Amino acid sequence: MPTKVEKDSVSGRLTTGHEWDGLKELNTPLPKWWLYVFLACVVFAAGQMLLYPSVPFFTGYFPGLLGYSQRVEVDRAVQAVAQQRAETVNRIGALSFEQIRADPPLLNAALSIGRITFAENCQPCHGTEGTGRPGYPALGDDVWIWGGSLAAIQQTITHGVRSEDKDTRTSAMPAFGALGSLKPAEMEAVADYVQGLFGLPPGKNAAEGQKLFVDNCASCHGDKGQGNQELGGPPLASRVHLYGGDRAAILAQINQPKHGVMPAWNARLSAPIIKSLTLYVHSLGGGQ
Amino acid sequence: MFGIKQETFEKNTLALLVGTLVVVAIGGIIEVVPVFTIETTVEHVRGVRPYSPLELRGRDIYVREGCYLCHSQQIRALRDEVERYGHYSIAAESMYDHPFQWGSKRIGPDLARVGGKYSNDWQYGHLMAPRELVPQSLMPNYAFLAETPLEYDDIALRMRANRAVGVPYTDEQIAAAKDDLIAQADANEDNANLLKRYPKAVTVSGHARQVTELDALVAYLQVLGTMVNFADTNTERLAQ
Repeated sequence: MPTKVEKDSVSGRLTTGHEWDGLKELNTPLPKWWLYVFLACVVFAAGQMLLYPSVPFFTGYFPGLLGYSQRVEVDRAVQAVAQQRAETVNRIGALSFEQIRADPPLLNAALSIGRITFAENCQPCHGTEGTGRPGYPALGDDVWIWGGSLAAIQQTITHGVRSEDKDTRTSAMPAFGALGSLKPAEMEAVADYVQGLFGLPPGKNAAEGQKLFVDNCASCHGDKGQGNQELGGPPLASRVHLYGGDRAAILAQINQPKHGVMPAWNARLSAPIIKSLTLYVHSLGGGQ
Repeated sequence: MFGIKQETFEKNTLALLVGTLVVVAIGGIIEVVPVFTIETTVEHVRGVRPYSPLELRGRDIYVREGCYLCHSQQIRALRDEVERYGHYSIAAESMYDHPFQWGSKRIGPDLARVGGKYSNDWQYGHLMAPRELVPQSLMPNYAFLAETPLEYDDIALRMRANRAVGVPYTDEQIAAAKDDLIAQADANEDNANLLKRYPKAVTVSGHARQVTELDALVAYLQVLGTMVNFADTNTERLAQ
């Protein structure tokens, strides 16, 4: 039960005045420095509450005396940096590819923009510096499905391949096996011929396969398997292949072809950025 | 103070009870009141819709697998984030998330606007074997999701549960839940009704004979951040 505050004879401190069954409690206050820091924090917090958006009301919130908004701040920051870059970016947007390439400092800037944009957006599919992955074309070689000129690359990046964009590039190889337009033996024969184009030893029915190839495949892949960039028919007379270079891959693709999708980037990236990206991709080694 | 001594409370259980209640209530009110003002903090933007049935199940799997432990879904209003990921996230975009998946860890990249950034094929391939596509990735393989059939017999109940906490699913949407789910998981199905009910829903297909958990997860990822068209809004309008 509470008693009166008294001085403890052992420690020399005051008690709190509480006593339970003969036990008394020493009064050990918080250190002064701690107390003052705490009070200063309280004052600081009150100041922050006044200056910055803090208390919610039922019809809004107290915006603070400074009228600060992180969203306004970020708009300002993005605009400021856009202004810094405006001169370069506008020039990239306005000039033709030839003009940009004739201006080394501008070309360097465009390649830097392209490299960074590539790393964030394109690398997950096309690999570091466009090395490619099965199903995702390598960009550093000179084998192109839709063309390796600057204009062709720009078109592909802007509108994508089999994307949602209305100007998308698109092609579809028929499922020759799954739809039954080629019998299994005929598919084998075509594969006999195509593996020759791939650089493997041709199979025994390659001659028959070539006839079938000319009838069924040449309209998109070219009569010698050189490909057709207008139609997006990949070159087959090549060592670089999207879905693998062995016989099993050839047969799988004839039977039930896979078709990759590349998103259209015009929704996410502005035209000058796409132009820079085009220059970067073109510079990876295979640009035509 | 006010002539009330500590002794009064210590000696009187009723006073102690009432006093405790008053003190706890003050803290409680400060914590609870802002929740009732939440309507005033959600921006009025067009386009945000409840998740389609398949996306909703994909979201369940996202939560179950703990994706939020490495991926945030909140682009903060900071310049570098806006430049990398796109428009900063707004409250309206997660108003139908129960619970939201903002997260605070970025062991992997932010996913708030990953929808449509990569092709469906990439999402399937990457979830099954991330290092096949991104050699330096440290994300686990989720190949088992492609072999796990999706349970969706209870999809209508799940939608009702969401409706109970404020997601405006209509009776029509709940009645058509299974059809919509199947339509979204099969590229050969007619998805006109699905798109009418859930604009911008992305049809996915892992080419399995049945709907898998991976189908659901990809459908969910492909819609993230795509609902609001930020071209027809700005900071001033968002602040209203």
